[in-house]
This record gives sequence, C-alpha cells and structure tokens, in this order.
Amino acid sequence: MLNPEAKLNPNIFDEDVAQAPTRDGYGEGIVDAGDANANVVALCADLTESTRMDAFAKKFPERFFEMGVAEQNMATVAAGLGVTGKIPFIASYATFSPGRNWEQIRTTIAYNNANVKIAGHHTGISVGPDGATHQATEDIALMRVMPNMKVFVPCDAVEARKATVAAAQVWGPIYLRFEREKTPIMTTTETPYVPGHAQVFWQSKKPEVLIIGCGGLLYNALLAARELEEEKIGTVVLNCSTIKPIDDKKIAELAKKIGAVVTIEEHQVEGGLGGAVAEVLAKRTPTPIEFIGMQDTFGESGAPAALIEKYGMGVKDIKAAVKRVLRRKR
Amino acid sequence: MESLTEEKLKSMELIANRLREDVIRMVSHAGSGHIAGPLDMAEIFTAFYFHILNHDPKQPNWPDRDRLVLSNGHICPIQYAALAHAGYFPVEELKTLRQLGSRLQGHPHRGILPGIETTSGPLGSGISQASGIALAARLDKKKYQVYCLTSDGEHEEGNTWEAIQFAAKNRLGNLTVVVDRNKIQIDGPTEKIMPLEPFAEKYAAFGWNVVEIDGHNFEEIIAAAAEARAMHDQPTVIIAHTIPGRGVDFMENDYRWHSKTFKPGEAEKALTELREARGKIKSERE
Repeated sequence: MLNPEAKLNPNIFDEDVAQAPTRDGYGEGIVDAGDANANVVALCADLTESTRMDAFAKKFPERFFEMGVAEQNMATVAAGLGVTGKIPFIASYATFSPGRNWEQIRTTIAYNNANVKIAGHHTGISVGPDGATHQATEDIALMRVMPNMKVFVPCDAVEARKATVAAAQVWGPIYLRFEREKTPIMTTTETPYVPGHAQVFWQSKKPEVLIIGCGGLLYNALLAARELEEEKIGTVVLNCSTIKPIDDKKIAELAKKIGAVVTIEEHQVEGGLGGAVAEVLAKRTPTPIEFIGMQDTFGESGAPAALIEKYGMGVKDIKAAVKRVLRRKR
Repeated sequence: MESLTEEKLKSMELIANRLREDVIRMVSHAGSGHIAGPLDMAEIFTAFYFHILNHDPKQPNWPDRDRLVLSNGHICPIQYAALAHAGYFPVEELKTLRQLGSRLQGHPHRGILPGIETTSGPLGSGISQASGIALAARLDKKKYQVYCLTSDGEHEEGNTWEAIQFAAKNRLGNLTVVVDRNKIQIDGPTEKIMPLEPFAEKYAAFGWNVVEIDGHNFEEIIAAAAEARAMHDQPTVIIAHTIPGRGVDFMENDYRWHSKTFKPGEAEKALTELREARGKIKSERE
C-alpha cells in the first residue's frame, strides 16, 4: 500500500491522474526562489521557454540574463556571480549543460565552490523525437562524481518545485535534473521534502524486494509494486530524489532488512542512481541488485512511452527484474 | 590612484625586479612550473598591486575592493610573489609553491589563499568569471572595477570569445581585460600554432574599447588602466605587448621557456643577471 506518511496524491492510480513535466515545477520553483531572495538570478542559453525560465524572466527582467547558445560562458559567468554573493541558476538541456561545459563546471563552480545551481533539462530518453543527441543519459554520473556537488532528481512537478526552492536555500553547487515529458503527479504539497532524505512511497506488509528509483520513472515502479502485490510479492518503493548526498543510512537499513534491491532510473545504469546504491550497499551491506536503466547504449527518436518500453524501463521490465533478483536472494 | 612620481616609478622598477627574482627562486625550488609568462608580467603585476588596484591586503574580502581575476592560472608564481610583497601573506611562504599542504597550489585556488578571487588554470574561463563579477557589481550598484589578466594563447579557446561577446552585449564598462601578448605558447609561436592577428581589430569588431601598450612600461600600463576605468558603457581590452622571459637574457623570446625546467646553474645565472639589473636601477636612482 501507499505509505500514508508520504501524503501522496490520493488519485495516484486513477487512469486520469494529473500529469505535468518536472520542468514545470522548476519554472514555478525558481519564481518562488526569486520572490524569497533578491540575490537569485537566472541565466539561460537560448532555451528560455523550453526550460521554463520565461515566468522568472518576465517577473524579474533585471535578474535574468539571456546568454545565447554559449553554455561554457553561461557556467563561467555564473561562477563569477556565485562568488560575489549571487545565487545563479543556469539552465539548458543537460547534454549541453552539464555535458558540453563539464570542465567549466568542475573548475569554476565545483572546485571554486561557487554558489551556482545547474538545471539540466530534457534528461532521459523520454525526451523522445529529438533523438539521442538531446537525450541526456549520463548527467547524473557526470555530476555526482564531482567533489562539492549535490545532485537532486525530483520525481514529479510538485517535488521539482520544492527541490528548486530548496536548492536556492542550500548553500553550494547543486545539480538539478528535469524531464521534458509529462509524468503523473505522485506527491502533494503536503508530502515532506528534505534534501538528502529518501522517502518510502510504497510499503508492503512483507516486503521481499526494495525498489529504489528517481525521476518520473518512479511511477512505473509504483505500478509494478501494485501488480506484484496482487501476485503476493511484497515490495518497498523508495523515492531517492537526492542522489548526492545519498541517504545511505536509510538505503542500507532497508536493504539489510529486505535483502534484495532493484534500481530504476532514466539514465545509464553505470554511474547513476544504480551505481550510487551499489556503492552504498557494497560498503555497508552487500545485497543482490538488478539495475533498470539504459544498458550502455544511446537512445533514438520515437514516442516517449514506446522508448521506455523498448529500452527496458516499463512496468513489465521492473516486475521481471524484481523476480530475477528474488531468485538471487538467499 | 596616487600620482606617478619619478620616485614611485623607480620603486616599482625595483619591486618588479624583486618579483622576478622570487619567480626564479620559486620555480627552481619547486622543480616545475612556468617561467616566461610570469617574468614578462612582472611590470603589469607590480603596477596593479602597487598602484592601480583599490584594495587592502589586510582585508582581502573587503566588499568594495577592485577584483583582479587571473585567467591564465599557470603564471601564478608572479601573482603569488606580488600578493606576498603587497602584504597578503608572508613572503617566506613563497618557497612552499607546489609543495604538499601549501596554500600556493600549482594553479591558484580561491578560498585558501588571501587575494585569489577565482580558481583558474584550465584556459579560457577568466573573462567569463570576471564578467560575472562585473555583472554582480552592477546589480549591487557597486563602483569597483574588475580586471582580468589573460594570455594571448587563451584566445584560441571558444569560451574566451563567448565571454568577449557577452561583455560587449552587456556593456560592462566596469570590466577591463589585460592580454599578455607575448606571442608564445607551449608548442611554439602563437602565430604559427593558431594565428590570432589581426588581434586588436577582432576585439574592436566585437565592440570593445581597445588600447595597445608596451607591457613593460609602467606609465603606459597605468595610463591605459585609467582610460579603461573612465569607460562607462564599454569593456576595455589592454593588449600588452611583452617579451617572454623578460629580464633574463637567455630566456627572452625563447618559447621553450614557457614551461621548461631549470638545468643546474641556470637559475643562479638568471638570479645573477637580475641582481646586476637591480644594482643598475639603484644607481640610476641616486
């Protein structure tokens, strides 16, 4: 059943569940952050509407900077602003920022410890028709390997808004990951959100497998959990929306109790959420894991839902992974 | 800025000479590092830290200070020497360059050493960072000037030209870039590696105020900085023509000294030459 403490959307399993892309939450959150603190500034690389910075640009024109198609300059100008008391948010598609400007982010934001927030948009293959060039599936790995950098991956638009507001309040370099496609709204404004805390969304009475996910794909995990419950296979679904610093205590505690893990993410299975969970468990409580995500391959053009199925991240794939890991469980 | 007397000029000549000696000692003691660039920037660093900058070494985080951003971080030995002699940290600390646990990293790092405004080393990001600081100054209605010292070789980086467009678009009159036009880089002469000329014309075409100077002439450096400061709605670039390895005969104009290490006896030979030069400056002064 859904964890009542998470105060999730009561209509979560309705066929017409409300949907919105996480980037919408970013757009609202950055306006909230701008209202709350006059030092919040925003920079965008010719993708203002698409990255949902338009509301901020309209409300705070003197604090919004159009950088043109120049992601390296965007990161480094933000670094200068960030060491001078400003709280800059920079946004582009994640393949370009933090993809193209990775070294600039490493040196002038992370190592330099500048108070800059990097919003990576159009992540995962659900970007769809634009194809693999625009589908960021390596960004979590790129960012979480950097010292000083935190990584937030909100699961829906409501959490995305909270994560954006929190990013402005938490001092230091932060990477925020957003998606293009609409995904179901799982949380509510009442759902507690604390950066660094993973949260149980689904809790069976006798869980046999722990499913850890992030981003909109977490909805597929909930659908899988519900179907598995009917098949008498209990699970816990954990929303791990802060990948760094990861909630290692809760992950290790649950994994030890439950004894088998499946990770799901719209990202390469190497180096992303799955990699982070594997590191935690290898150190604290070695546990069998199955990894759902991009299996060392690029995506392609197509409809988002069809891509999710083709690349093995659908509900049936999650269920199959749960059954595989159960067989490995001693 | 105080007035530029004959006495002040001579004292700066002596400081530049001393900074060059420190650079030779530091790099030689460290066993690695860059030499030609630091030597050719001795007058410029002296002019900035001992005349142009509105700063207070005892209050390195004073919010109204002028900012000096070093873009080509590899020439940091000269900046370290200038900062130490200006009073930011003890001169004795210079000999720890590149040693384990030192605040004087091989490339400068913000936050551990007073006076370092940004972490740098990877080329091409300084003008952007300085632009960000200049933008913040404008948002905060602050009057300080932001200076970015950079190199000619860095203008092969795309990021540099992105920054040049951005500063012009935003009319950052509080931003001044000083380019060390020494015409060398690691692999050889800049014009052979990747031609930059017509360099001044490129900046002008991008909408910048352009000043060309002899980078070893204090009066020209200081006059150019004053002109730049007077600009209100346009960034200025000061293209400083310099002689790489300046001050040490056997290093001058030899691109191999960009990042060559000393052979036995070479550092001593350089120091002897610089000592003789100091004697000359002193005797002229009397």
